[in-house]
Amino acid sequence: MALVQIENVSKIYQTGEVEVAALSDINLSIEKSSFVSFVGPSGSGKTTMLNLIGCLDMPTQGKILVDDRQVGNFNRQERAVFRGDVIGFIFQSFNLFPVLTAFENIEYPLVMIKNEPENKRKEMILNVLDSVDMLNQKDKFPDQLSGGQKQRIAVARALVTQPKLVMADEPTANLDKASSINVIRLMRDMKDKFGTTFIFSTHDPRIMEEAEIIHTLVDGKLA
Amino acid sequence: MIRIFKIALRNLLRYKRRTLLTSLLITFGIVLVILFSGLAGSFKTMMIGQITDSNLAQMQIHKKGYVSSIDTMPLNLTLDIKRYKKIEELLSSHTEILAWAPRIKLNAMLSNFTDTTNIRLNAISPEKEVLVCPDVGTRMTFDKKREPGELLTPGEVIIPEKLAKGMKLKIGDPIVLVANNKDGSVNGLNFTIAGIIESILGPQGKEGYMHIKDAQELLRMDKPEIIEVAIRLHDFDKLDKVYAAVSSKLVGFINKKGMPEFEIHTWDKLSPFSNIAKMIDFMTIAMKIIMIAIVLISILNVMMMSVYERVREIGTMSAIGTSPGKIMSLFLAEGLLLGLISTIIGNIIGLSGIGVLNIYKIRFAFGRQDNLLLAPSVNLTELLWVSGIVLFISVFASLQPAYKASRMEPVDALGHV
Repeated sequence: MALVQIENVSKIYQTGEVEVAALSDINLSIEKSSFVSFVGPSGSGKTTMLNLIGCLDMPTQGKILVDDRQVGNFNRQERAVFRGDVIGFIFQSFNLFPVLTAFENIEYPLVMIKNEPENKRKEMILNVLDSVDMLNQKDKFPDQLSGGQKQRIAVARALVTQPKLVMADEPTANLDKASSINVIRLMRDMKDKFGTTFIFSTHDPRIMEEAEIIHTLVDGKLA
Repeated sequence: MIRIFKIALRNLLRYKRRTLLTSLLITFGIVLVILFSGLAGSFKTMMIGQITDSNLAQMQIHKKGYVSSIDTMPLNLTLDIKRYKKIEELLSSHTEILAWAPRIKLNAMLSNFTDTTNIRLNAISPEKEVLVCPDVGTRMTFDKKREPGELLTPGEVIIPEKLAKGMKLKIGDPIVLVANNKDGSVNGLNFTIAGIIESILGPQGKEGYMHIKDAQELLRMDKPEIIEVAIRLHDFDKLDKVYAAVSSKLVGFINKKGMPEFEIHTWDKLSPFSNIAKMIDFMTIAMKIIMIAIVLISILNVMMMSVYERVREIGTMSAIGTSPGKIMSLFLAEGLLLGLISTIIGNIIGLSGIGVLNIYKIRFAFGRQDNLLLAPSVNLTELLWVSGIVLFISVFASLQPAYKASRMEPVDALGHV
């Protein structure tokens, strides 16, 4: 069953008087609980694809259905609510909040977006921290963690709200090889454990091997 | 909401030096306002007290038209006993009014049997006068201690200091006072100088004093007449309210020509010091405007920098689903907290400063009273008002940066370098 349905989607950026087609006429379907990677060289449209599926950006034309909802019609507020409800994000530069501890970073979406009660929150955080094997680091601030540990916390933050879909744009780009493999395997374990769909982008061949489904983008088109 | 403030506080502490400098600047503005308000307000209150308690009284009632020709001290605008009784009846019905006293104002010629000069005289009933002007005796010098109600007895006068010097008169000297009554006929009486009085601000502060009975005799009033009724309230702060109430009732007294019979004035309409009081109020407002400018510019600057430095962070918040309203709240909370912390510190330092000024008392001389103490104080309303302004401006100054943060597109913010 498709969680993401992309039909005739194009994204064109206007830079001055020049139009640049980042994506052209994409048709794609991503099943639930799949582990999908978009690969391709820099500038091929991987990030644009993830931004569109993740409701961070709007297509110039075409239709995107995520969890049976056409996200292209959402306004700013609706997109924010939808992202909070359905999608988790993992970023290349981890993007943890520096003033919050690991525990508080994971707690952030539960408090600020989901308004979960404190006792339920604590249980959910400890559970996900245990899953990413970071329970003993929960009180540390991001600047006290290594890159791999930060990305584990970022994975935990993306998963704690139990989203249906997790988007990860080059999640291993700032990690060494061992940490990269660890993070990708962690993501795959989480997919198996929670049934979450993971979509990530990479141009690292070693990481691509870990993906179940690979979509290759070249010059904004699926190869 | 608590979490929003917790995150806001941590973000403020993240840039400790900047937060400290901004907070110090706002604190300085608040301290400045508290100290200035305390000192200026205390000076103003004390000076008004000096003027109203020693000479002018808090309100005065005259026959209509008297104040506009007060410089000539006209004797044809008097209140006869019937009208005085009407006024007494009206004043006694107001519980806010503590006391009132009749007065006659007149010009006379004073002779020391060698030289002659003119003198303005305030004829009073001493036992009633001390009730409306309890400090009237503090500006006077006598040869022996006198009880407040016995400042002078019939046959005695108290003359202004400068006149005494110019005429080489001293306490106990005999003089003659000569005055025209309202019909133009002249009368003279012998008096003894009972005391010397220093001058105070305004033309009324250069008057001598005599007993009201002597004035009525000197002016050959067949029936007792007076010029003004001086009034004192229980609570000076209720002056405007009482003035409005008495004034509205006085309007009901109409003369045969259908015109109002009486007029009433508060102290500020009778003394030039009211202009100085207004200037003090204006300077206090100016201080508050300076404080507002300091708070506005400081917080706006800090919050704008805060937003520009955290664009990617804002993008992350937005991407993971934080609503624009919550992002805005986070930045507004930062501005509010910065203002709140500064307000608390500013109030503590400001009040401590007031306390220190009260311990190391500020003394100054005013005429014969050379040991007047300034007792700076700030009332709770003033403090709350200043604090409220700072907090409001803190939030107001944060609005634009907070709105900007809330409107950022996550895709642009995440790509910000």
